[in-house]
Amino acid sequence: MTSGMLERARWAARAFARYDKASVDRIVAAVARAGADNATRYAEWAVRETGFGVAEHKALKNVACSTGLVEEYAGHDYVSPRTDPAQKIVSIPRPAGVVFALTPSTNPVATVYFKILLALMTRNAIVISPHPMAKECCADAARTLAAAAAEAGAPDGVIQVIEEPKLPLIESMMADPRVDVIVATGGTPVVRAAYRSGNPALGVGPGNVPVFVDRTADLESAARLIVDSKAFDNSILCTNESVLIAEDAVADRLVSLMRGAHLLSPADRDRVREAVFPGGRFDTRFVGKDATWIAQQAGVRVPPGTRVLLAPIDRPMPEEPLAHEKLCPVLALLRVPSARAGIDAARAVLRISGAGHSAAIHSTDSRTIMEYGAAVPVLRVSVNSGNSLGGSGVHTNLPISMTIGTGYVGGSSAGENLQPGNLVNWTKLAYHVDAPFGDFAGLDPWSPPDGPVPRYPEPSNARTAPASPAAPAPQADVLREEIRRLILEELASLVRS
Amino acid sequence: MLDYGLFTFADKDEVLEKSSAYWNPGKTQFWIDSGVPLVIDRREGYFLYDVSGKRLIDVHLNGGTYNLGHRNPEVVAALKQAMDHFDIGNHHFPSLARTALAEALIETGPEGLSKVIYASGGGEAIDIALKTARHATGKRKIVSIVKAYHGHTGLAVGTGDERFSRLFLSERPEEFVHVPFNDLAGMEEALRGRDVAAVIMETIPATYGFPLPAPGYLESVKRLCETYDALYIADEVQTGLMRTGELWGITKHGIRPDILVTGKGISGGLYPIAAVLVSERCAGWLTEDGFAHMATFGGGELGCFAAMKTLEICNRPETRSIVHHASDVIGRGLERIRDDNPGWFTGIRQNGLIFGLEFDHPEGAKFVMRQLYDNGVWAIFSTLDPRVLQYKPGILIDPVLTEELLDRTAVAIARAAKEAGK
Ligand SMILES: Cc1ncc(COP(=O)(O)O)c(C=O)c1O
Repeated sequence: MTSGMLERARWAARAFARYDKASVDRIVAAVARAGADNATRYAEWAVRETGFGVAEHKALKNVACSTGLVEEYAGHDYVSPRTDPAQKIVSIPRPAGVVFALTPSTNPVATVYFKILLALMTRNAIVISPHPMAKECCADAARTLAAAAAEAGAPDGVIQVIEEPKLPLIESMMADPRVDVIVATGGTPVVRAAYRSGNPALGVGPGNVPVFVDRTADLESAARLIVDSKAFDNSILCTNESVLIAEDAVADRLVSLMRGAHLLSPADRDRVREAVFPGGRFDTRFVGKDATWIAQQAGVRVPPGTRVLLAPIDRPMPEEPLAHEKLCPVLALLRVPSARAGIDAARAVLRISGAGHSAAIHSTDSRTIMEYGAAVPVLRVSVNSGNSLGGSGVHTNLPISMTIGTGYVGGSSAGENLQPGNLVNWTKLAYHVDAPFGDFAGLDPWSPPDGPVPRYPEPSNARTAPASPAAPAPQADVLREEIRRLILEELASLVRS
Repeated sequence: MLDYGLFTFADKDEVLEKSSAYWNPGKTQFWIDSGVPLVIDRREGYFLYDVSGKRLIDVHLNGGTYNLGHRNPEVVAALKQAMDHFDIGNHHFPSLARTALAEALIETGPEGLSKVIYASGGGEAIDIALKTARHATGKRKIVSIVKAYHGHTGLAVGTGDERFSRLFLSERPEEFVHVPFNDLAGMEEALRGRDVAAVIMETIPATYGFPLPAPGYLESVKRLCETYDALYIADEVQTGLMRTGELWGITKHGIRPDILVTGKGISGGLYPIAAVLVSERCAGWLTEDGFAHMATFGGGELGCFAAMKTLEICNRPETRSIVHHASDVIGRGLERIRDDNPGWFTGIRQNGLIFGLEFDHPEGAKFVMRQLYDNGVWAIFSTLDPRVLQYKPGILIDPVLTEELLDRTAVAIARAAKEAGK
């Protein structure tokens, strides 16, 4: 059943855990670069293979999850020991080891990039198990990044991918004691299986995002941000808005400002409901499809340029299919008489599914915003921001993440956006409070590899002289500047608006 | 009480007593006298358990028979599945499993080899190789190295040390010429008469303690073979199947042998089988008289299943990577132990996961073997050079077991030094 991948990963992890910061930085930069260089190619491939989403938006996510991620964490160090003379504690990082990463069909390549880079920043080996629907683009992307890592001096086998992901294989690998941590992104069954495996797991649940617009909101801005977010990658991010809750006083004006969103008549709403939720169950054919295609399938005529279908509903209850998670640009619209009722409605939406995940609010009243945040059971609320890119940290200062921790309320041990720190533990050297603290200046237990890892097994009587240590890394801030410049260029060329 | 269903013994003493009485008194006594009173009970992965329950990390692996671990689950599964449908088969007929394995061996084998002949063990396979060389060249003489070991069957025994042939009145010096290892002049001398059918060489002579061929030696031997019209037979019984970090050790030398022999590990440690891969030039007798070499069990079909799975596992990129990682780490670890034991642990012969550890005492490796046994590791001295310990960690070994193995090895070597008066 096991093909040797986990054993190989263990060897790679063992070697990688001894690398120094400069070597790690060089590898991370090279891998991010390879990811960004191929962002568009894999974006198109992912859309072709899965039929989900918008290539241009996927390219943006791929850049955000490669060079963008590296830029975001440029100032962080998960490799060098930290000394705290005041507390008389030295902390030494201890990588998890072998990360087993499940990636979804909806954000396939971006999640592959994301998890690989997180693993590399923290000196872990990673085995990617892609969703079967996206296995080809994911496997190719993982191989591309693996080649870049090897080229930059990473240990052989540090990035591997399961080419033929089958359920029994995945389940047996999840339960394998050679896995140190599972990072599961996907549907609830996958996440539950990860937790059942007996291995430590970071699993994150699904979303079902309520967005509340109150009477104090900047309606122009809210309207534009909600439509852009809902249309982004055809709603494929788990952070996409699901139910728009609008205070009566401003609802009509808000809807009239939502350019690109088509308000369905009750009859058309019923047609869309029947098409997207035949027999009350979501039809996955609609995942990541564009609004006009969905309208066509439902037999509904919409004006050209429609990006979002706005479906009025009158109760946020489980029996209303349109109040459930919809990974497609259909946005339910619920009117409420007051802010109080808006908060209650958001809680009701999250009772259906998506607890712990995310919500959004458009308001200028800090009191309402605070109450919303306190009452609604999620761990992140995008404020005056679209939630697709807000909850995932691209348009907010949350950590950029394709993996959104849903916390205890969402059945997960991870409550934050997954970040590198989740994949490393720290050994603390703690002095007696009265003992004099040691001098650790300039001490680093790690070192650069002295050649390829592993070296080729030449016979011992024919071994060539040890290779000179790998080339020194470019100065950290020079590198940082370079990355900043590149990512800005890329973002500029991708976001045309 | 040792109860195994079909048979029982009161205790280990009874096993040893009856082993002497009914089986082999010499061997039985030898191990008792050597301080290794091992009767293997449970076996799993790279662990062996004595009937007393004592656990041993196996780095003898019977010369590579258990390269993939004892009772490797994938090979066990392949064999179990095969048993629902197959048995040994009928060796006279074309067969499904034999054909499939032959194709797999040729596809992954060194260039220039095109047909496979099966045997039920390494010795028989060597005999087949020698007979094949004689048929192809029309010559009788076989050249091997002094202290060679290629098995104990009829012809193979002639290539080896006289200890094993004289006893049975089987030495035939006029047909079997022995030249010192790493001695090119001696080799040329033996070949000059152009009356030699083949030179048979282990890529690294195992039972002699893995002395490494000097850089260029094997390549020059191959060239001499070409010059004097002798065939080159690569015995890869111990050095093959990814041990050296490539599937066949000989290809690391860029040599295309005329004949290649594999055994031991190819069985997966579960069903005896061995094979000879030959070039088209050597394959003539298979057409001339396909029944010329017969063995009922040669290429038994269940063995073919075990071998196919084994070959597939050995060929995985993951396996190759593990061998490279492990040989790097174990090589460096042994160097540190050597540095801690100057004047005693004097040398490391390494090619991939093949190690010969040299000790400065005529029987040094026997001391180390005994101490390793006491400390939970099973490795064997080299029969033909007891200064040297054969040390062959499994090719799927993991980092944790590696660390434990090195720790135990360090303790045992230091203790053995004291015992040997070093
Ligand atoms: C290099 C080599 N060739 C051939 C043989 C003979 O194999 P078998 O014992 O299966 O007859 C051995 C066995 O130890 C060997 O080590």
